[in-house]
Amino acid sequence: MAMERTLGRLLRVGVLAAIALVLPGAVLYLAGHGWERADYHTFRGEPAELRRIVPVFWQALSLRGPGLIQLGVLLLISTPVARVASSAYAFARQGDRLYVAITLTVLGVLAYSLLASR
Amino acid sequence: MNLFELTALLAVSGLAIGFLGSLTGLGGGFIVVPLLVLGFGVDIRYAIGASLVTVIATSSGAAAAYVRDGYANIRIAMFLEVGTTLGALAGTSLALALPKQAIGVLFGIVLLHAAWLNLRKRSEGKTSGGGSAVAAYFGMDGAYPGAAGLVSYQAHRVPVCFGLMTVAGVLSGLLGIGSGIVKVLAMDQVMGLPFKVSTATSNFMIGVTAAAGAGVYFSRGYIDPGLAMPVVPGVLAGAFLGARLLPRVETRRLRVLFAAAIACAAGEMIYNGVAGKF
Repeated sequence: MAMERTLGRLLRVGVLAAIALVLPGAVLYLAGHGWERADYHTFRGEPAELRRIVPVFWQALSLRGPGLIQLGVLLLISTPVARVASSAYAFARQGDRLYVAITLTVLGVLAYSLLASR
Repeated sequence: MNLFELTALLAVSGLAIGFLGSLTGLGGGFIVVPLLVLGFGVDIRYAIGASLVTVIATSSGAAAAYVRDGYANIRIAMFLEVGTTLGALAGTSLALALPKQAIGVLFGIVLLHAAWLNLRKRSEGKTSGGGSAVAAYFGMDGAYPGAAGLVSYQAHRVPVCFGLMTVAGVLSGLLGIGSGIVKVLAMDQVMGLPFKVSTATSNFMIGVTAAAGAGVYFSRGYIDPGLAMPVVPGVLAGAFLGARLLPRVETRRLRVLFAAAIACAAGEMIYNGVAGKF
């Protein structure tokens, strides 16, 4: 059960950090654009600086609202990934090779999804 | 509607969605897409992006509470996630190729089916009888904390469940949902796991499945910060509350209510898709 407790703590930290990025991001975003009409009827897709990991990071560092929010979203997306990674570690410590292999397979698919299309 | 108003409305909706989603183990994705598309006129592709983020938030928010309580079976989850994540990748490729009307109609059909599945009477998992050889090989049998100490259980028909999970993964990637209903049903009806174990394990799994889809959608520009900012904190707070209440709440009536709401949304999605209103 020690492993499950660690997982739970990891998740809570990740989730709180995501909120800590999204909330100030939202305040900045709303302060600048709050009175504008919200129009999501037509799909345009996000610009490159809001859909690629490295530019999002720079946008957030320069304290732009949308950049902070996207970084929070990325962090949130990576909480399940961290969970899988830490399970791999825990299985390795238990000497459970079968489950290390299974867990690394899942991790590989996730890594491919997050990194391959960049 | 300006951004302030949209943000406030979505934050309140997100709170309710996260709460119901984690309490029923069904995730919130089933509601987010219809809510955004039908309620706020959002393009279905932005809605799918926001929905996947919601699903991850529900899962992680709830899991912070569940996993510690010892209900989720990490081995079963990890084994089945091989199927769900590969399925999710296939689903996103499919979504990028299909016209949005088709996705809308498909969403409605899946939603209707899910509502029906969820309303059927279900039996608790069978804990007697011999376990399966596959489950034994993969060390899937376990125990959860019951009223009178640990209750042990065994996993049955693992390959069938794995197949169903792959389908659940495709649906998740294609429609931006957590496929929680399919996952919970596969585990408690096919594998014969106790309800609280399948709910908690499903909650663990939907986050990982959704992350596989969300990675692709993020880099394709489907995830908008304006929609994510109210939805993420709202859903997280709701999910956390729901998970805290889970061990003490009878969820049957809630599920009926949830299923009814889902069925209404499904009908309208199909109508809008067929009428070409997206």
